Amino acid sequence: MTKNVYDYEGVEIHWCPGCGNFAIMDSLKQVLVELKITQQELAIITGIGQAAKTPHFMTVNFINGLHGRALPVAMAVKAVNPELTVVAISGDGCMYSEGGNHFTHAIRRNINVTTLIHNNLVYGLTKGQASPTSQIGFKTSVQVNGVINKPFNPIAAAVSQNASFVARAFAGDKEHLKSIIKQALQHKGFAIVDVLQPCVSFNKVNTYQWFKERIYYLEEDYKPTDRIEAFKKAIETDKYALGIIYKNPTELPFEEKLDVYKDGNLQPIIKRKRDLTKISKKFLTPL
Amino acid sequence: MNNYSVFMSGKVIKENDISIVLCGAAGLGIQTVEHLLTKVLKASEYNIFATKEYMSRVRGGLNSTEIRVSNHKVRAFLDRIDLFFVFSKGAIKRHQKRISKDTVIIGETKNLDECLEQIECQVVEIPLTEEALKLGSKVYTNSIAAGIIAGLLEVEIIHIDEYFKERFAAKGKEIIKKNCEAARIGYKIANDLEDSGRLDFRVHKDSSVKDEILLNGTQAVGIGALAGGCNFVCAYPMSPSTGVFTFLAQNQKEFDVIVEQAEDEIAAINAVYGSWYAGARGLATTSGGGFALMVEGISLAGVTEMPLVIHLAQRPGPATGLPTRTEQGDLNLALFSGHGEFPRIILTPGNIEQAFSLTQKAFNLADKYQIPVFVLTDQYLLTNFYNLKPFDMKKVKIENYIVETDSDYKRYKITESGISPRGIPGGKGLVAVDSHEHDEEGHISEDLDYMRVEMMNKRFRKEELIKEEMIPPELIGPKDYKTLIVCWGSNYDLVKEAVEKLNKKDVATLHYQQVYPLHPNTAGFLNAAERLIIIENNYTCQFGSLIQAQTCIQFDNRILKYTGMPFSVEELVEKISTIIVEEK
Repeated sequence: MTKNVYDYEGVEIHWCPGCGNFAIMDSLKQVLVELKITQQELAIITGIGQAAKTPHFMTVNFINGLHGRALPVAMAVKAVNPELTVVAISGDGCMYSEGGNHFTHAIRRNINVTTLIHNNLVYGLTKGQASPTSQIGFKTSVQVNGVINKPFNPIAAAVSQNASFVARAFAGDKEHLKSIIKQALQHKGFAIVDVLQPCVSFNKVNTYQWFKERIYYLEEDYKPTDRIEAFKKAIETDKYALGIIYKNPTELPFEEKLDVYKDGNLQPIIKRKRDLTKISKKFLTPL
Repeated sequence: MNNYSVFMSGKVIKENDISIVLCGAAGLGIQTVEHLLTKVLKASEYNIFATKEYMSRVRGGLNSTEIRVSNHKVRAFLDRIDLFFVFSKGAIKRHQKRISKDTVIIGETKNLDECLEQIECQVVEIPLTEEALKLGSKVYTNSIAAGIIAGLLEVEIIHIDEYFKERFAAKGKEIIKKNCEAARIGYKIANDLEDSGRLDFRVHKDSSVKDEILLNGTQAVGIGALAGGCNFVCAYPMSPSTGVFTFLAQNQKEFDVIVEQAEDEIAAINAVYGSWYAGARGLATTSGGGFALMVEGISLAGVTEMPLVIHLAQRPGPATGLPTRTEQGDLNLALFSGHGEFPRIILTPGNIEQAFSLTQKAFNLADKYQIPVFVLTDQYLLTNFYNLKPFDMKKVKIENYIVETDSDYKRYKITESGISPRGIPGGKGLVAVDSHEHDEEGHISEDLDYMRVEMMNKRFRKEELIKEEMIPPELIGPKDYKTLIVCWGSNYDLVKEAVEKLNKKDVATLHYQQVYPLHPNTAGFLNAAERLIIIENNYTCQFGSLIQAQTCIQFDNRILKYTGMPFSVEELVEKISTIIVEEK
């Protein structure tokens, strides 16, 4: 593999051999370089979990923050400095369970953040309990008789809420994954990329083979702007459509709706100086 | 038009410190009257202080506002009522204990409670609704009421006219005219009362009021935030913290502030955290239960050495508690919030001036030491308002602590002071921030013997620096005191006025506007006293416990209140006197 500016040479990577995280991180790094996004203008915001450790194995600006909380942090980073490219990365537990509320509201806001969700249908870091996307009947040390609750469908949830970019990819197909990440990064608004990924240590059911038997690629003439068609794809249960399932390109990203950036003044607020005399004039002058 | 009845047993003369209470159901317009009166009284160069108590309801219930009008500066809640304006039935019963033979009660017959017969007081019954209907609508009742009070206090009517002109500019001339007429009806009633020789209110003007401004605690926190460079706020509405959020929202465009209502307080604190990371100055404003949700974020700021400013507006808990009431019950919550150990600062403004200066300072302190800084207020402080000298903005500085990074930048560089220069994304260097224990570059570290210890020590070395620039407690009264009364936060002016009224040469007050870290002079102040009294608006004497934990000095005398109401001056005079007399 060729050298990449985002490589962190000599770092010891904590992931299990064969983990889908490797492919996702490599794809991201390659796309970043292809899109000429520099290290200085990129910030990666993550939650907690194996996926959330990604930026530790890269050379990049990052916050590896709290479980479930990547999205509100990412929203603020992008809002106060829209010149940054902001990518949020975490697993299914972080984004759909602990952070489920933020996921919903990030869609409402249309935060200008690309979000990669490493969806392996299981909890890795805490060693093999069910995740919100685990399938009914999936047995774990806690769900001893198998999962009894139906899995969360992030794609259907996102399409139902009119998210501006909803895609699904598979860690077992890097080229396709790269093309999806690339389009997500180029999208202005909240770009959700749910990446199906086996967990080689804790999920012996949803393996590479299992996924390969169920995935299919959206046809070239598929129109992602048709929300009804997208929803049909989203609610399929026996197979997984890969590609950009839904796109709503007309909605403004969060920061452009904010008062401070309306009227075309896009200078980041962190570069604006506070005028103290204005405070005196407005609030501290006797009538 | 003498169609009102005066039931007064004698002549009532009030001079120079008059306490007016307006009480009625929510939605009846007490706030309108309060707003008008405070504006015109200030314009008339009277000193004013206003404080309100209200029920957690949108309609109905009983709310009241106390307005003190004085020739000198007054800043504290009194039990005493000189003029009680009744807008709803039940008002008299609710405030019965505060009514004396010198209280003049004004209201409509239908709003006067039966219990009035057993109370010795002075009553003036005025058919306000009837008078208002002559002008065409019940809505003018409030302007008549305001006119009566303004008339009794001899406010020049031009101030009222000007108020209505401004207030109702959008509503048209007719509305303005009707309200001016209503006020004149009030003035006429006031004149008749005074001419009868039964009632005489006299307040001398104070010309210094002219150069002053009227502010409440909420505005002071908001202005302090703007003056501290705050340019990001994310919050979930919760009384009594919401006002600060509203204030910043209303000023977002003019002062370049990003304002976003969060889905919950967890999102709010994490967003504020993210804003600091990228170079903004974020504010979290919240109350009890909302802050309880934020505590993991406080811990995150602790380990990652991220500045945070949290305005924690206290109200009585536990849980929903008393949403619109006051308490100093969340000191421990702020003090112990967040798992693990890390330094923090807790500021506790005593009055509106300090609410401004400490909120402003909080942003500089947070940025300088890269820690969470709390501004702990309460409902009482936030809703009070009075006239004050405009803050001196020349003394205000937004201190910049963000550094330009080089390509070899390490966010957590181990330094002698413990402070690692803080860069933000966008420079040459990379800014890596990690909630795990980490190394100097911000990457996960489980090097227990070295890195963990170095990082813990580094974070706590900053506390030594913080202690060097702490705000000392303020000693009010004689230096050679025998009795020392300790208080913090919004009890400042209450205790101050109570001790002035006590008029004892050997009693002093020690007020803390920074409770944590605890000032090292504390033991010295306390040991110099023969008798210690602590006053707190809570059940468990939280600040007293903190002092005891750090100095091994115990408070034998505790004056604690946890009814949801602030102390009153009279109540404190009585309780302090009891302690002093008992021990003699």
